[in-house]
Amino acid sequence: MKFTIEWLKEHLDTKFNDQKIIDKLTNVGLEVESFENQTSELDDFIVAKIVNAEKHPNADRLKLCDVDIGKDKTVKVVCGAPNAKNNLYTVYAPPGAIIPKNQTKLSVTKIRGVTSHGMLCSESELKLSNKSEGIIDLNSKKYINQIGKKFFKNKNPKVIDISITPNRADCLGVKGVARDLAAAGVGKLKKKNESKIKYKGSQNIKVKIINDKNQGCTTFGSCLIKGIKNTESPKWLKDRIVSLGQKPISAVVDVTNYIMLDLNRPLHAYDADKIKQGIIVRNSKKGESFEALDNRKYTLEENMCVISDKSGVLGLGGIIGGTRSGTELKTENILLESAYFKPKSIRLTSKKLNLDSDAKFRFERGIDPNSIEEGLIKAAELIQKICGGTISKLDIVKKEKFKNTHIKFPIVLFQNITGFKVEYKEINKILSNLGFIIKKNKNNLNLIVPSWRPDIEQPIDIVEEIARIKGYEQIKTNLPEKVRNKPTLNKKQKLFHFLQRSVASKGYFETVTWSFTDSKINQMFKENKQDVEILNPISSDLNVLRSSIFSNLIFYLKKNLDRDYKDLSLFEIGPIFKGKKPGEQEIVIAALKSGMMSRLSWNEKERKVDVFDAKRDVMQTLVEAGFDQSKLYTEIKTPNYYHPGKSGAICLYSDKNEPVAYFGEIHPNIIQKLDIKTEALILFEIYLDKIKENNINIKDQKTKFEFSDFQKSERDYAFIIDKNLKAQDLVKIISEIDKSIIKNVKIFDVYEGQNISENKKSVALNVTIQSPNKTLTDEDLERINKIIITTVENKTGAKLRS
Amino acid sequence: MSDIIKIKDEYLKKLNENLDLISINQIKSELFGKNGKVSNEFKKMGSIPAEDRKKFAYDLNLVKEELQNVIEKKLKEIETHQINLKLQNEKVDVTLPERNFNRGKIHPVSQVIDEISSIFSEIGFSVEEGPDVENEYNNFTALNTPDNHPARDMHDTFYLDKKKEFLLRTHTSPVQVRTMLGGKPPFKIIAPGRTYRSDSDQTHAPMFHQVEGLHIDKNINMSHLKGCLNYFIKEFFEVDKIKMRFRPSHFPFTEPSAEVDIGYELKDGKIIIGDGDKWLEILGCGMVHPNVLKNVNVDPSKYQGYAFGIGIDRLAMLKYGINDLRAFFETDYRWLNHFGFDPLDVPSNYRGLSR
Repeated sequence: MKFTIEWLKEHLDTKFNDQKIIDKLTNVGLEVESFENQTSELDDFIVAKIVNAEKHPNADRLKLCDVDIGKDKTVKVVCGAPNAKNNLYTVYAPPGAIIPKNQTKLSVTKIRGVTSHGMLCSESELKLSNKSEGIIDLNSKKYINQIGKKFFKNKNPKVIDISITPNRADCLGVKGVARDLAAAGVGKLKKKNESKIKYKGSQNIKVKIINDKNQGCTTFGSCLIKGIKNTESPKWLKDRIVSLGQKPISAVVDVTNYIMLDLNRPLHAYDADKIKQGIIVRNSKKGESFEALDNRKYTLEENMCVISDKSGVLGLGGIIGGTRSGTELKTENILLESAYFKPKSIRLTSKKLNLDSDAKFRFERGIDPNSIEEGLIKAAELIQKICGGTISKLDIVKKEKFKNTHIKFPIVLFQNITGFKVEYKEINKILSNLGFIIKKNKNNLNLIVPSWRPDIEQPIDIVEEIARIKGYEQIKTNLPEKVRNKPTLNKKQKLFHFLQRSVASKGYFETVTWSFTDSKINQMFKENKQDVEILNPISSDLNVLRSSIFSNLIFYLKKNLDRDYKDLSLFEIGPIFKGKKPGEQEIVIAALKSGMMSRLSWNEKERKVDVFDAKRDVMQTLVEAGFDQSKLYTEIKTPNYYHPGKSGAICLYSDKNEPVAYFGEIHPNIIQKLDIKTEALILFEIYLDKIKENNINIKDQKTKFEFSDFQKSERDYAFIIDKNLKAQDLVKIISEIDKSIIKNVKIFDVYEGQNISENKKSVALNVTIQSPNKTLTDEDLERINKIIITTVENKTGAKLRS
Repeated sequence: MSDIIKIKDEYLKKLNENLDLISINQIKSELFGKNGKVSNEFKKMGSIPAEDRKKFAYDLNLVKEELQNVIEKKLKEIETHQINLKLQNEKVDVTLPERNFNRGKIHPVSQVIDEISSIFSEIGFSVEEGPDVENEYNNFTALNTPDNHPARDMHDTFYLDKKKEFLLRTHTSPVQVRTMLGGKPPFKIIAPGRTYRSDSDQTHAPMFHQVEGLHIDKNINMSHLKGCLNYFIKEFFEVDKIKMRFRPSHFPFTEPSAEVDIGYELKDGKIIIGDGDKWLEILGCGMVHPNVLKNVNVDPSKYQGYAFGIGIDRLAMLKYGINDLRAFFETDYRWLNHFGFDPLDVPSNYRGLSR
């Protein structure tokens, strides 16, 4: 909503200066976005300096100039002026500027084969004098610090631009703004002049509001103005319209727009001679169409509120008029409409047609239903004053009667909500200045809400009215108490934060990517999950919710690899989506690592990252998070985006449980499809929601401290076993022989190849044996040794390697 | 007697020469080995007359001790000498680089969420969450924004179905609805999380982060709201003084509603929070609308309180001098490295929010 101070003062008697008015507007909830001169075409012209002028390569009379236009920018301009020379201060017009002399718009052009960005101007081109010889030569001393600044001072009046929240329809007109300011003590609202209108004849175009279901129009007011001479608007009116950045059209249209901006009362003017046998306000039929004043043709659906005549639709009520009955300069008789349309009806129709207009914006927020006559009278008077003609009596057709809202307001509610007190006398003054009618009844106020405030429905709204006019700075600051009655985070949230930092501590950079992704990449990671499509995506490559974090993560990994970064570790913790219903989502950590370990190291051997790097990171993370390593089982089944032979799953407590994590190398197909350039790419993911409740409270983890000081012994074994036998199972078999004595089993070598038959492998283990209550004798150790060998041999068919 | 002295003198002389380890060990066994000279003297003990035996033993032990000491000393000298020799050859260039180590980073949004949670934890708020996909009722209707309300235009919503029943939440406020429907007052929660609007340009991203705050109890009024936010802003920006301005505004789910600006100044193109005469809008808040309370089965005649919503990304930008919102979500390794935080930098109350 824009207006000038001058316009505001037509409604408000005030001694406040501009700045005080601006501050007050913001204080009462009409946030001032800007207070600036209306932009002018002359703003484009800026002070510049020729840094270097040399002869045009293809033309003797032209020069090619490097021009400093400020902000560290230099442009190349072709110039024909004989006085263009190095260090000349002059005026530069960029492409897009309009030259005052001939009103032509500049564009980037090639002059004799050389591109010129804009132009250097002569005095005559800027209409400063008739001097057309050469470009302007500015005094270098005076302009030395002005390079890049505007050459012309902007003389347009300053325009206030306030952002109006959706509840404040009443402030979409200057008068409403003035009323708020008056209530806040800025001045006095001026009384409107009594109309001295002389009506002649009656409005003889019949208006009918049809009793349709959900009829969007409740009242239709109109009057006829006959024998006018439509014309250009007078200067004052044009200036008003221009100052708000709108275009003057004709006196009739400008007046209706002016009244809308002034009183927030949208009007519409018809060429009365183009209306065929009366106005009918009705619901549209499917397929009806009309051409609107925005020069587009609209085909309507059922039940949109239209203004029509015998031969069809004239316009959409409260939204936009049609060209068929539009006014022109030659129009002699006009029908002026001032009506009330229901917000809901307006909104439905405009949404369906994707149509926006100033009138629609106002009607959908709620126009004062009692402003119909005031609008008609003020507009008719103005039109008569400018265009002459006679005004008919007003014709008001009413379908529904408007009833003001009544509110019973308990005075104490104000203090209960805001925490401070305002005396009754002051409350009374604020509310009556805002237009409320007040009756005090003991501790309550019986209020009649003004017709222009459809947003005020209940006592709490009254609290806001008093508070905002009184000023929010009156609210005290009651500092919070430092008391905590409930833990800040629950267990799952703690796990989230722990895992997040745990993964980062292993060298991964945390990133945050969109929750949506490209369905084409998502495809590679979604397995059998359904696509969750977005109806109105921001772009076609962000068209589904992600089924896996990897689609985005790998996309951005590739971007970084393409920047020639090689060894990257990235992870994200966040939601993945399994369906379109709330809750069909899961929290997952996903990590990628590319390239080599110890690349270009002077003392370490470089190698590709591999599945066991991924396994280390995921294992260490889980162990750090409090899971007992001996209860983490590795399984081999993994999702299809993993390398089938070099990936694994981790299950908690038993290998029968659903995996909580996966790790491995990525499937080579994906590297190929996405054209990822790296030596190796590994990944892991942890499913937080699959991690079942566990005793990872630190205090529960710390069990009784028990240890043995008796002699420890270590024995090494090498077994030749089936190639397919899992190392994990071999370790488990040995560990479970006697947990009280076998303290540790560690694989230190795996060998396949020479001397070992093809379907076998050799696994070497180191076993630590220690008793909790004695030093084991040689005989004891020998006995245990035998048990280990026979158990392994019996259970796995292994042979001890000789 | 004279034998002992002879042995002693002879060997002290020998030991006084420049000897290597082998020769010393040789001497050691010559003296103290099974048939060593000193050992043999001890064997004579039985044949010494009883009256002289005591003296003999005494003298012999003295000699033994003396020789042993000299030998030990010699051995130590050689060892020290050998270590010194070894050290001379064992010098490395320690200015060569250390073995590789990897340092990870925490994203600024995560860090700021932790900072926010830490601050609100201190004053008794707990953290709640809600799903990213919401139904239309929780996101709008329950929050007093019925269909066909112009306020819905303020949110450009991503929808997941034609009936517009399911959507990506446009704010974290539906967590208010879920929390209140799922429990009994009082409520004192914050809810940080992802939010979505189909709006994308230099200053808007289709996904961003908000933190919702909600405090409902019997006598919570706007002065508590002001106090809470004042405390939060001061703690968050780690400044002693904060200039704050409450301005009337409008949100369908709060009444009265306010927007909050904080004072700042520009110094060398950087925003300095706390003082200065410029205002920066940072959050929206208000007293929870009675209609919302009714919708979640809380009696507005008994309970009242405030709610607020803050843009997390914006807070991060202001505090850490990040000027491009889009960069938060573009995963540029250089950016993550520059603006990311060490994982050990866990914000806490006693160690301070940031180093």
